[in-house]
Amino acid sequence: MGAIKHFFKTFFLWELVKGLMVTGKYFFVRKITVQYPEEKTPQSFRFRGLHALRRYPDGDERCIACKLCEAICPARAINIDIGERADGSRRTTRYDIDLSKCIFCGFCEEACPVDAIVETRVFEYHGEARGDLLYTKDMLLANGARYEPQIVVDKALDAGYR
Amino acid sequence: METLMQTITQYGSGLFGAAWPSLWLVVWTLLKIIVLVVPVLTCVAYLTYFERKVIGYMHSRIGPNRVGPWGLFQPLADAGKAIFKEVITPSRANRKLYFIAPTLALAPAIAVWAVVPFGENLVVANIDASLLYILAIGSMSVYGLILAGWSSNSKYAFLGSMRAAAQVVSYEIAMGFALVVVLMVSGSLNLTDIVHAQQKGMGVDWGLNFLSWNWLPLLPLFVVFFISGIAETNRAPFDVAEGESEIVAGFHLEYSGMAFAIFFLAEYTEMILVSALTSLMFLGGWSSPVAFLPDGIWWLVAKICGLLFLFLWFRASFPRYRYDHIMRLGWKVFIPLTVFWLLLVGVWMLSPLNIWK
Repeated sequence: MGAIKHFFKTFFLWELVKGLMVTGKYFFVRKITVQYPEEKTPQSFRFRGLHALRRYPDGDERCIACKLCEAICPARAINIDIGERADGSRRTTRYDIDLSKCIFCGFCEEACPVDAIVETRVFEYHGEARGDLLYTKDMLLANGARYEPQIVVDKALDAGYR
Repeated sequence: METLMQTITQYGSGLFGAAWPSLWLVVWTLLKIIVLVVPVLTCVAYLTYFERKVIGYMHSRIGPNRVGPWGLFQPLADAGKAIFKEVITPSRANRKLYFIAPTLALAPAIAVWAVVPFGENLVVANIDASLLYILAIGSMSVYGLILAGWSSNSKYAFLGSMRAAAQVVSYEIAMGFALVVVLMVSGSLNLTDIVHAQQKGMGVDWGLNFLSWNWLPLLPLFVVFFISGIAETNRAPFDVAEGESEIVAGFHLEYSGMAFAIFFLAEYTEMILVSALTSLMFLGGWSSPVAFLPDGIWWLVAKICGLLFLFLWFRASFPRYRYDHIMRLGWKVFIPLTVFWLLLVGVWMLSPLNIWK
């Protein structure tokens, strides 16, 4: 009996028809494509995008050149040189992030004891020439100035989980 | 349609007639060829769009939608890209054969259209041996694939062409036997007569014309013919000749730009062709499925579209057959099945139950 059933199933391509029904059903399901430039998927407040160096509200830069971010960076994308500022405090003279090396793991942000280096929600940036993605200290501080309101909101949202 | 054609013929022969009667015949034939080939190639371009849309929908994506409204200009953009791309020749390739191969793949695929009737008298060449012509010219396209793989001087391309050759030759036989049965029941090799033979019978007497088309009495052959057609055109799930995951791109691995696009034109032209032949031989061609609707070319177009949708549906559904399974299916299943059905139909036709009188 089983053999006869098997024969008819094979002969009438039953399994193939079943497969076709599955794809045929999916032909009519709601499409899940996100039409990117017009539509965007929601972002988490922990989104790890473009880097920024922050300042304190009084305008003093946060970074104390402890080099923890440089040490933890798995891609070795961060380069820091240390110098003494006029007031005698320890500050960076160079703070470079090579974004073409960066893997956006977020470890630098985690390592930072003063919340100086952060990753913003910005992911729509690009470079048109070699070296455009090597972000210097000035560029990172400019990012910080530009995205500070959003960074403050995201830090506040994340604070409850820390 | 008939009167329009007669008007053009009269006007044209009047134009050239007195001085040069045979010249008009040449011009008239060329006109018919252009009127046939241009829509076919347009359909090919839009079949690629249709394919991407249908497969996208089955993946719950939406497919191309950026170029023009609903992405309708996508084929034009693709064509523009292919034309402006550089055609690279491998340094060890046989240049002559390398450039002849795409042409050899495309030319037979278009040439077969000459005998495909789209309606009563709506055919470029209404020859009596059209079925033979189809088999003869249709099997020539495999030379394009073999030469492409051979002249590229690349091992993957060579493997692809070997697979293509073996596969096309094997399925040609099953296809041929299926056609022999159609020939037996229609009593003619002429495609127009084959369609006419489907326009009579018990189903027509009841007003349900689709019941007397060949697909119902010859159902296994219909299925075998269509599946062989898919294998013949090297489409999924029988696309081992391309086999992206195994041999990169198969026989057209080394081609780029328009030379590469021509292989695609050939493949899609053959897809439409196989659908057209299946509609003509098993689905009654341009005849209407029910008696109260008039016959016409739109029925043929609708049937072709339906079968093309099946092609794409199969591609979205089935994984690629293993190579030895393809051979097993061709030689151990399809050929015995068709031969058996050939004998059965022969006996049926000699018995008093013959329905094809």
